[in-house]
Amino acid sequence: MSWTTICKLDDILPNTGVAALIDETQVAIFRVNDAIYALANKDPFSNANVLSRGIVCSIQGTLVVASPIYKQHFSLEAGKCLEDDSVSIASYEARTEGDSVQIRISH
Amino acid sequence: MTDKQRLLIVGNGPVGHQFIESIVESGQSDQFDITVIGEEPRHAYDRVHLTAWFETREAASLNMVKEGFYQDNGITALSNEKVITIDRDAKIASTDKGQQYAYDKLILSTGSFPFVPPVPGHDRKNCFVYRTIEDLEAITAAAANAKVGAVVGGGLLGLEAAKAIKDLGLKTHVIEFAPRLMAVQVDEGGGALLRRKIEDLGVSVHTQKNTQQIIDGDECVHKLQFADGAELETDILVFSAGIRPQDALARQCELDVGERGGIVINDSCQTSDPAIYAIGECALWGGRIYGLIAPGWDMARVAADHVLGGIEQKTFTGADMSTKLKLMGVDVASIGDAHATTAGAKCYTFIDEKAEVYKKIVVTNDGQHLLGAVLIGEANDYGTLLQFALNKITLPEQPEGMILPSLDGSAGVGLGVDALPDVAQICSCNNVSKGDLCAAVQGGAMTVGDLKACTKAATTCGGCTALVGQVLNAELTKMGVEVNTDLCEHFPYTRQEIYHLVRVGEIKSFDELLEKHGSGHGCEICKPTAASILASCWNDYILEPKHASLQDTNDRFLANMQKNGTYSVVPRMAGGEVTPDGLIAVGQVAKKYNLYTKITGGQRVDLFGATLDQLPRIWEELISAGFESGHAYGKSLRTVKSCVGSTWCRYGVQDSVGKAIDLENRYKGLRSPHKLKMAVSGCTRECAEAQSKDVGVIATEKGWNLYLCGNGGMKPRHADLFASDIDTDTMIKYIDRFLMFYVRTADRLQRTSVWMENLEGGLNYLRKVIIDDSLGICADLEAEMEHVVDTYQCEWKTTVENPEKVKQFRSFVNADKSDKEIVFIQERGQIRPASEAEKIADTDLIAVA
Repeated sequence: MSWTTICKLDDILPNTGVAALIDETQVAIFRVNDAIYALANKDPFSNANVLSRGIVCSIQGTLVVASPIYKQHFSLEAGKCLEDDSVSIASYEARTEGDSVQIRISH
Repeated sequence: MTDKQRLLIVGNGPVGHQFIESIVESGQSDQFDITVIGEEPRHAYDRVHLTAWFETREAASLNMVKEGFYQDNGITALSNEKVITIDRDAKIASTDKGQQYAYDKLILSTGSFPFVPPVPGHDRKNCFVYRTIEDLEAITAAAANAKVGAVVGGGLLGLEAAKAIKDLGLKTHVIEFAPRLMAVQVDEGGGALLRRKIEDLGVSVHTQKNTQQIIDGDECVHKLQFADGAELETDILVFSAGIRPQDALARQCELDVGERGGIVINDSCQTSDPAIYAIGECALWGGRIYGLIAPGWDMARVAADHVLGGIEQKTFTGADMSTKLKLMGVDVASIGDAHATTAGAKCYTFIDEKAEVYKKIVVTNDGQHLLGAVLIGEANDYGTLLQFALNKITLPEQPEGMILPSLDGSAGVGLGVDALPDVAQICSCNNVSKGDLCAAVQGGAMTVGDLKACTKAATTCGGCTALVGQVLNAELTKMGVEVNTDLCEHFPYTRQEIYHLVRVGEIKSFDELLEKHGSGHGCEICKPTAASILASCWNDYILEPKHASLQDTNDRFLANMQKNGTYSVVPRMAGGEVTPDGLIAVGQVAKKYNLYTKITGGQRVDLFGATLDQLPRIWEELISAGFESGHAYGKSLRTVKSCVGSTWCRYGVQDSVGKAIDLENRYKGLRSPHKLKMAVSGCTRECAEAQSKDVGVIATEKGWNLYLCGNGGMKPRHADLFASDIDTDTMIKYIDRFLMFYVRTADRLQRTSVWMENLEGGLNYLRKVIIDDSLGICADLEAEMEHVVDTYQCEWKTTVENPEKVKQFRSFVNADKSDKEIVFIQERGQIRPASEAEKIADTDLIAVA
């Protein structure tokens, strides 16, 4: 599947996330300084689509987002849950093209 | 058929109850049939803090018996019943209700009765004693029609009674036979200073007065005539001239009693009949009656141990009668040989007339050991001095350093807790030794609050709190537990330290704070903490780009996130007051967006089920109907609950709703370490439940009583009465200072109740800081609060007026849609989130409106 342009970089406040809809998939897109990361938006512990609204953190050098519901951490790179090895969520390729934010979902 | 031993306890006061608790704690209570008979209408209550009854007028607040204690342990507890005879041969006690109770072991804990001097007229009406809750109720009732009150007796309890009468609004006199107040505990110099301080509080003190008779007064109900010809008129009279052991039963059944009363006991607390024990103020040990709670409890433990077979071989060998207390706000402490009667004893005395402080220590002839001490006006050194005296610790070369103020600002001589042996008793009320505390720390206790909970240390008079804290810290350090108080891995500081860094360094953003004092990117601990501190200090709009990414879940979108990712919305209804039009407008919004509607505990309306993109639209409508943000999402002031007050209520004495609205409007928006709740009640019936709030205000006929640091919720805490009968300006000043001091010094997510529990020095320290300005920071605290009040804005108004901010609330950055996975089910006429199973079943699901 090809890259989808989602929004402008300026649409995402530094160190925050936004939710995007790509076909029927809800994606959480995070901006850390000028780098972009994309994860599934669904928090597996609550089944609510909220991860884009979590706080971006660094835990022992790993960039993560803290779920706003029960505060588990998911790595921005790979979607791994720091509190529970058996849980991980989908991560997606993300990049900036000029001032555009682009995501690629491969199936 | 039972072969259980029958234990009969006569007298259900604090000491009798301690005996029962000791038996229960041994785990062997199932070997006994336990019956306790009390002549008062209620079971054991805390007589030491009897005066505290005036704060609440609720007997329940003094109750010492945990709910279900008697049922759970199979104990028969009888009240309103008095044992009148004991047949020692048959081992049967008979009561005034004609009942007979057989016993194998009998425990007399009948306490004492107040001594009323047999002067003519002592039995006139409105003459009282100060012993039981019923006495206090009678005094209160009589005070309603009185202007002047007098207490005969200037001892410890007499001064307590005087305070109570003063607090009831009467002109108050204290009449003492001896040349000074508290003659037993305090020497001449201390007595003089104590008198001055008590008189400063508006209580007239009359010493060396021998009451000859009480007759009808000219202006008041009574006239007291003294031996020196002087007279004094008063409407009510309280006798507090000492106690006498209640030994009538012992005399009836012919046990040995002392010449001047008291049931003679041996070191195991047995009377002259080995099957009968006597404990507490009715007992005479070594020719002496012990009129304090701690020795009474010691006797109870000894007797219980003996009844259990002497497992721990406890004995009663006398008790230290040192005391520390606060009388009418004045610290008074007396240790050991306060009058220097030991042969060769030498004294050091320090008097500061300006600060009204008197300190004296009594040392041995060779200056090696401390024999006694008297402290008036400031008793912070009590714990240390007591340990020196009890454990015979060698004094420093210049013992005067123990009581002299340090002129160069260095810490006083003090006492390293390491110098104390493990057996040193730290909390004498609850018999907790240093060793007990150390064991609890090794068992996992990490805070003073933990230690209070698991050892009971510092939970009765509180005099040892500071020492308990020192033992805790020393022990933790010794265990190599590095007490890591760092906020998180990004900041090697406590919340309090970060607050100061922000305030002093005038740091205005998280990035600046991180750059100067932290490392990494931050996390969900330090970011919201910094956001809260920045808001407390500078009060910027919290969704400024530099602050938005720091905000916790709810603050980030100015609403409360629920389990399915939707939000609830709470418009402010200050004081719980709302107009019919306002209520209709809220209802219309709820209906339009199909929101679940519920009344909150804080007297307002909560609207659930709003999606992110609906929030700005909902708020636009609420704001145009005159509402503003309720800050239900913030660690900030939530609501000020109120009862309807004097405007409508037949009983109200002040306008509680008006005051609640004023308070809510003053403190709304203040960011704090945790949420804050307040309430205002219009009279002492307390319908607003103010004593369960961080700040509680209760109207009195003369002004307001201010209560602080209460909590409902998970760990309820009754608020402390901080100040009485203050006017509105004083109340606002105190609340300003209190809130800012809490904001400065609390840990992250520490409610005021827990903060208070861990505050060294507790309520008295807080009073010094806020009322006496002992730290010299009150002007700063007030200025800081003024800034917050002046810069208040409705965050939702700012948000909906700015299209760039509104854009942040889109559900999707690239699509103008709602999250279609959010679905509801109809229940009781409203929506609720659908469960996962219901989503799969896919019947009757309701989409977002």
